[in-house]
Amino acid sequence: MANQKIKHRLAKDKLMLWTICIFATLTAVPLFAILGEVLLRGYSQLSWSFFTEPTPTAYKAMKAIEAGEPIPGGIANGIVGTMIILSMAVVVAVPVGILCGTFLAENRKKRFAKIVSYLTDLVQGIPSVIIGIITYIWIVVPMKGYSAIAGSVALCIMMLPLIIRSTEETLKILPASLKEAGLALGGNKARVMMKVQLPAAFGGIFTGVLLAISRVIGETAPLMFTALGCSFIRWSINKPISAVPLLIWEFFNDPHLQELIWGASLFLLIFVLTLNLTAKYLAKKWNQ
Amino acid sequence: MESIIPILEFKKTCVSYTKQTMAVKYVSAAIERNTITAIMGPSGCGKSTLLRAVNLMHNLYSNIRVDGEILLNGENILLMEPIDVRRRVGMVFQRPAPFPTMSIYDNVLAGFALNGIHLSKSKKDEIVESNLKNVVLWDEVKDVLNKKGTFLSGGQQQRLCIARALAMKPDILLMDEPTSALDPIATKRIEELLLELQKKVTILVVTHNMGQAKRISSRSMFMYLGELVEYGDTETMFSNPEHERTKAYLIGKIG
Repeated sequence: MANQKIKHRLAKDKLMLWTICIFATLTAVPLFAILGEVLLRGYSQLSWSFFTEPTPTAYKAMKAIEAGEPIPGGIANGIVGTMIILSMAVVVAVPVGILCGTFLAENRKKRFAKIVSYLTDLVQGIPSVIIGIITYIWIVVPMKGYSAIAGSVALCIMMLPLIIRSTEETLKILPASLKEAGLALGGNKARVMMKVQLPAAFGGIFTGVLLAISRVIGETAPLMFTALGCSFIRWSINKPISAVPLLIWEFFNDPHLQELIWGASLFLLIFVLTLNLTAKYLAKKWNQ
Repeated sequence: MESIIPILEFKKTCVSYTKQTMAVKYVSAAIERNTITAIMGPSGCGKSTLLRAVNLMHNLYSNIRVDGEILLNGENILLMEPIDVRRRVGMVFQRPAPFPTMSIYDNVLAGFALNGIHLSKSKKDEIVESNLKNVVLWDEVKDVLNKKGTFLSGGQQQRLCIARALAMKPDILLMDEPTSALDPIATKRIEELLLELQKKVTILVVTHNMGQAKRISSRSMFMYLGELVEYGDTETMFSNPEHERTKAYLIGKIG
């Protein structure tokens, strides 16, 4: 009788296990389906010129299609634009985010810190299209024109909460003994933070920064209101500029350029996945 | 004159975490220079709390209040700047806490870096070598000084932490159950080390291991429910305790 009961329980256990495994596999299906689709459609467009030449005009593309040749040109203008917008956003968001996260981790019980922490969560929840339109009002209108600067402001706002959170969380999980040991040696709070706590938290913070970048690099809506787009490679920061996600949207709207969609998507997807995997790898390495 | 002033003296020292309850109640005791003094007592008796009051660790937490006086060479540390006090009072924690991002070499020098003191390379080498020799770690690590502190075993890490504290030449070294996270062999080595170190520095060690107190300390405090029940020579206390409660603790009735 007792034996029967145990068998029953073991069977239930197995059933549970299988159910969980099946559902876990199901969640991975969309990822591989998307990857497969984009790879299949996109890989044939990838070539050296795809990364070094700017977008072709619709006329050139039309001629190429009529002649039965592959569409000339590529997404270099988008890659350059994305890099410019992103690096400006990172240069501002990383120091500000880390300082703010440090403040939140060190002053958990202060009312002000609680309010800031709450607001950070709210900012994270703001739809990106709204951040785009707000940046348009704040930056594009006063500057009298679309620009890379405006684009980077929008992305910076989106990155900040992620960097603040990861800094705060990483600092919070450091053992208290680390900070106490530093202070017990006579260091002041700032020195202990700079020499002991932040270095110890570096892995987590860096992972957070990478994830923040991968989160915003594909953002399209805020850039439509701010960077606008540009059909040639441009290095100035106060003029309209292109970005890879903007190009995908442009290609979609132009019947002659649609073939370029998949190459651009593949590039963006691989870039984001690489960032994510690097972040995961670093986080794992750091925890050892 | 100096020899008359005890290196450390508690005068009606009280520590409270909340307004209603006191974790340490009116402790008065004078610590003798170049001795090992053990603070014993059951869990929650306030021994760690008393110890942490000496280097003003309680200042980090706004809810904790320390009252009375704690005199370091006759000066009340409760009125001094924390960074000033902590430079003169070293501390070793229960869990070995070498700074994980620093090499063994840099860990020994961490106190200087954290105080913004710049040293020449030769001076650094000298401090690292002499302090690692002090804790009998030099021979084991002299070829791996550039490895991270966390690369060492638990016992070695703890000795590294002692070296790090000693490098600042403190007047007094506080130790909060320094061996409770270590195996018996590592514990034995630390105990031997402490017996050697007392020639150079006064040591105040919290332990709930009675055997340890008996083995290494010359003076012992017994605390119970926040009060200092008995304070005297370790030998006398173990052979002939004055108070009922001390006796009950020593024979294992409470604790």
